[in-house]
Amino acid sequence: MIKFVLMVNRQGQTRLSRYFQPVELSRRAALEADVVRCCLSRKKDQCSFVEYKDYKLVYRQYAALYIVVGVTDSENELSVYELVHNFVEVLDKYFSRIMFNLDRVHIILDEMIQNGHVVETNRSRVLAPLTALDKMVD
Amino acid sequence: MSDVVEKTLTALPGLLSLDSQPGSTKLSSSSKLGNLIRGITELTSKHEEEKLIQLELTSIKEQVSSPNTSMRQMKELMVRAIYCEMLGYESSFSYIHAIKLAQQGTALEKRVGYLAVSLFLNESHELLLLLVNTVLKDLQSTNLIEVCMALTVVSQMFPKDMIPAILPLVEEKLNHPKEIIRRKAVLALYKFYLIAPNQVQHIHNKFRKALCDKDPGVMTASLHIYLQLIEENPEGYKDLTTSFVTILKQVVGGKLPMDFNYHSVPAPWLQIQLLRILCLLGKNDQSTSEIMYEVLDESLRRAEINHNITYAILFECVKCIYTIHPKSELLEKAAKCIGNFVLSPKINLKYLGLKALTYVVQQDPKLALQHQMTIIECLDHPDLIIKRETLELLFRITNAQNVTVIVDKMLEFLRVNKDDYTTIDLVGKVAELAEKYAPDNEWFIETMSTVFSVGGDTMQPDIPNSFLKLLSEGFDSMEEDRKLRLFAVDSYVSLLQEEPGKLPQRFLQVISWVLGEYSYLREDLEVDTVLRLLAKLLDMKTTSSETKSWVLMAMTKLCEGGAGVSVAREVSETYSSSLDTVLRQRAQELQHLSQDSEMRARVLPRNAGLDPLEVDSSLSFLDGFVSEALAAGAAPYKPPHQRQEELAQAKALSLEPYGLSLPISMSSCCITDRQSPTLLSISSGLSGNSNDLSYRGGLKLDGVKRVWGREGYLAQREPVEESAHVEVPSPLRSPSQQGGAGGSHSHTPTHTPTPEPELEKQQLASSLFVGLASQSSVCLMGKSEPTPQRFRRKANSPASSSAASEKQSNSMVSAPSTVDNLMFNNLLDSHITSEPAVSSLEQTPQLSQGLVAANGSCDEELPDSDVNGSSPSLIGDDPVVAAELAPHEEPPKDLLLSSCLPAELSGLSHSEITPLCSDQILDLSACHVQKEDALVLVVFIYNSSDSDIQQILLELDSEELEVSCESDSAVQEATGHSVAVCQYSLSVKRPSVHVELVGMVSYQFPVGTPQSVQFSYKLPLSSFIRPMTVSTEEYGTMWLDFSHDTKQNLTLISDDQEPLTATLSVLKKKLQLHVVEIIGMEGIVACRLLQDQPCLMHCRMHAGTMAVWLRSPVPDLPDCLMYFCQRALQEH
Repeated sequence: MIKFVLMVNRQGQTRLSRYFQPVELSRRAALEADVVRCCLSRKKDQCSFVEYKDYKLVYRQYAALYIVVGVTDSENELSVYELVHNFVEVLDKYFSRIMFNLDRVHIILDEMIQNGHVVETNRSRVLAPLTALDKMVD
Repeated sequence: MSDVVEKTLTALPGLLSLDSQPGSTKLSSSSKLGNLIRGITELTSKHEEEKLIQLELTSIKEQVSSPNTSMRQMKELMVRAIYCEMLGYESSFSYIHAIKLAQQGTALEKRVGYLAVSLFLNESHELLLLLVNTVLKDLQSTNLIEVCMALTVVSQMFPKDMIPAILPLVEEKLNHPKEIIRRKAVLALYKFYLIAPNQVQHIHNKFRKALCDKDPGVMTASLHIYLQLIEENPEGYKDLTTSFVTILKQVVGGKLPMDFNYHSVPAPWLQIQLLRILCLLGKNDQSTSEIMYEVLDESLRRAEINHNITYAILFECVKCIYTIHPKSELLEKAAKCIGNFVLSPKINLKYLGLKALTYVVQQDPKLALQHQMTIIECLDHPDLIIKRETLELLFRITNAQNVTVIVDKMLEFLRVNKDDYTTIDLVGKVAELAEKYAPDNEWFIETMSTVFSVGGDTMQPDIPNSFLKLLSEGFDSMEEDRKLRLFAVDSYVSLLQEEPGKLPQRFLQVISWVLGEYSYLREDLEVDTVLRLLAKLLDMKTTSSETKSWVLMAMTKLCEGGAGVSVAREVSETYSSSLDTVLRQRAQELQHLSQDSEMRARVLPRNAGLDPLEVDSSLSFLDGFVSEALAAGAAPYKPPHQRQEELAQAKALSLEPYGLSLPISMSSCCITDRQSPTLLSISSGLSGNSNDLSYRGGLKLDGVKRVWGREGYLAQREPVEESAHVEVPSPLRSPSQQGGAGGSHSHTPTHTPTPEPELEKQQLASSLFVGLASQSSVCLMGKSEPTPQRFRRKANSPASSSAASEKQSNSMVSAPSTVDNLMFNNLLDSHITSEPAVSSLEQTPQLSQGLVAANGSCDEELPDSDVNGSSPSLIGDDPVVAAELAPHEEPPKDLLLSSCLPAELSGLSHSEITPLCSDQILDLSACHVQKEDALVLVVFIYNSSDSDIQQILLELDSEELEVSCESDSAVQEATGHSVAVCQYSLSVKRPSVHVELVGMVSYQFPVGTPQSVQFSYKLPLSSFIRPMTVSTEEYGTMWLDFSHDTKQNLTLISDDQEPLTATLSVLKKKLQLHVVEIIGMEGIVACRLLQDQPCLMHCRMHAGTMAVWLRSPVPDLPDCLMYFCQRALQEH
């Protein structure tokens, strides 16, 4: 099961966070700092999966951006690793036209992961609701 | 793949810089967010960030509350608020505006409103209720996008209580022509299932329809529900195996549209999901497994493309193959597949390979042999994560021959590891291995010393506890015991002489206990040397007061002779004025006992471990005190239930729910008793252990064979010689030879280069993997046979489970004043906590078997159970029911209603029909019917008007009960002046003396507004009690396993020749208990709470009363049942 998805920059600042299980606001900052410390200190040739407390972190780096996913031990790390890439591909497909938007990335993520489970991975279907919304605005 | 990455990378700087589109005025406020983000990125200190965000929040607050803010602006404001909150700054003022935006916005604004709500609020937030109307409106919208948004937010979060309001609308969407709407409706239902499973129980057939949907997306969505359902109850869905297999076959065969592919792999996440489902279905089920062999084989074969995602699928596939009923051909292929993983140069694959191997070696340890060289390489891998995973693997293949090497590797890792969580985990594992496989005393004591030093005070408390237990219980040979203890004393004395300040508190506690108990074993050691060493600990600033009391206790055991007394006096003077009461008490004990050596010998006999301590659980030694107090006018003791009862009667209006407060507090106490080493545990620890002793004279529970007890693994003990004959193979033996010896697989890691360190590695390999080949030929399903152990617990006499702990208590405490002794606590707890760990392994299957056997005849489907006919004698009219329910008003209507009882229920006894609620049109009444294997609630809906009512929707919910609808649909119709009947079967989720249902009936006239009426219905837990037929032996086995208990004295029915028999037969009649056996003064009784929650009762006549002891695995159940027994006897 997926516990959270984080996007952080190289300075360790959170760009986006989504929790699939309630975590108190006050505890999030500390958790994110911990998680970032775990992942950012690792070298390129090291394993992309890290243990953190009783769950695993799966992270992937794109230029200066890190995407970190917290999963339970029963989750298949490699499939999550590829899910991150799928997510980035979807973002790429969409944002080649428009610049990054916090809300839109969230909307895309909502289509892909719900309640900690992967619910849609088909790129065109993930984007369908958002594209429809964009058309309404135009 | 690389070109995709590059392409992605070109787009990503946009993600970071967040530049707004040049020349676009539309995005002006989004550029405010951009400015904010840029501003924060440039900041260096946390303080500056805080200032900037606070400023931002103030400005957002101002704008959101201004009436002139348009929805478009509001949307941008919400995004900024989301950003602030993401950084950890609460913006609760904006929550209500987020809801407003979702309500009033259009298109993207609305979506952002919903998004903000789902990010800001958690499931239980009260503001969420305000969203219900908006969702309701959007679900009915003609705009598909709005429907879509509503369904998305519903499947993320929705207030549980409001599900009935939107459920019909969501269900309706399952038939929507658009794929996306159907898919989202399924996901919404999945969410409902997660938060309120009983609400969607009636639409299970619709899930099946979704599974068969022509659109693959809808089908995929339904799999989430099925994975959950099958996890909870694999037996119920075996018939779907073929469907899942067919779907997987089609997916693997590339039958899905191309856009489901990910890097030319067809729907990989769907494949993974299906494999997980198959894994659950095929576990321990040969015939189901056979259905899936073919598709698993095909999955392995098809996954040829060299891409991460195919490996992710393969991993799932291998896991499945090793979980379901084995097929050798598939196992071979899966093993080869694992080879590809672990040998891969890609580190992520290696990791996954190790994970797979760790899973697989539990079924087939020989597989580790094939990959031994790779494992060795991973052990020295620079990446700690790989190392850690390798240790996990080694942990699974540890045996008596390789334990020293593996533990060495683990300790090596522990010394460099910084992460607390990993340390706690690994330390526990080392301790477990050391205890299981230690080759000799020195090694064991040294390893445990390292464990205590490294593990420090973060480690699990049961490690030191079980270590001390092991030392005190001893093993089969007295001489060995002596040597082990002596070695411990030696090594601890030298540790204390070095630098005790560096040792963790827990270790110091262990040291003081061991020295207190066993330092006499070393004859050349002066007592006052030890005493001085211990006294030094007291003077250290770092020593905690808990440790100090351990030290004082040890000193109390040691102080003898002139020098001892003087040290004792000195110390006790210091601490008898301590602010800490425990320390003060210890100091007093030390002072008194050091002066009176005769009493000390009696209270703290040396090495008295072998004679069990008699404990009087009835506390009869207090009888004199009690009668004196009674004579002096004290109120007689009333058991908790009685007190509560009287309290309830005394109050004119009881506003509290019945029976809730007390059983809960009792049970929480029970839990601490059993599990955590707290000070509270002493009383129940005592009573729990005194069980066998105090009743030894009567019922011979002791004679019941205990296959699983604390010393359970002894039953399967291997002769020691077996361990001896496995010689350590020559270090020069090549890995390929070993691989060959290990199995028929020809796959050997031949391509490991660098011959120079090779020899060293081979040596390591031979020491690591020794014993694997000889151990367990092929055991695919079962675990490998238990290996001989050095530290076998002594083969105790049958009654020893209590005797063992009493040995300890005896050796440490005997004086009543020290009954609350800290150490005693800890050790007792160690006994208690370790017991379930051992017993659960072997006993659980037995128990469930016993239950199945006992209830086997009752396991039919509910509607059929009237075949058994009515049995009024068995299910007598329950007086408790009558007493608890409100008196009914109109007997004639009652008669009318009872004639409406469904035919299959009419022969059975039912409670009185109670009016629930009524308005001008509907009159609701209900009763419950006791079937042999179920409790059915029948609700009568009487339509007192002239017109027909359709669409009567009845919703029931309960904290304590599981409610499932027996009729086909929850919706009823009632023509004028007629009765509609709904049936629900009830089962108990959480026992409570009285359980309550709340419900709501809603209906609509053909013309007019919808109406709804609420009601509640209360029934006693005793309606759910059924007899349980077990033999005395089964009873004995079960008794020891149950963790929740309660004891109380009840009145005997004395106007009979045989009071016990008479009393029990009253209970049998009134509460439907099963009397297992009555022997002399004792009787044992068994019953179950529907369906299969056992509760056992042990009664003993004692001085005109009956001492009743109830035990059950279910919390609160003993307390509730005790209440009913008491009531039943009072009313007699």
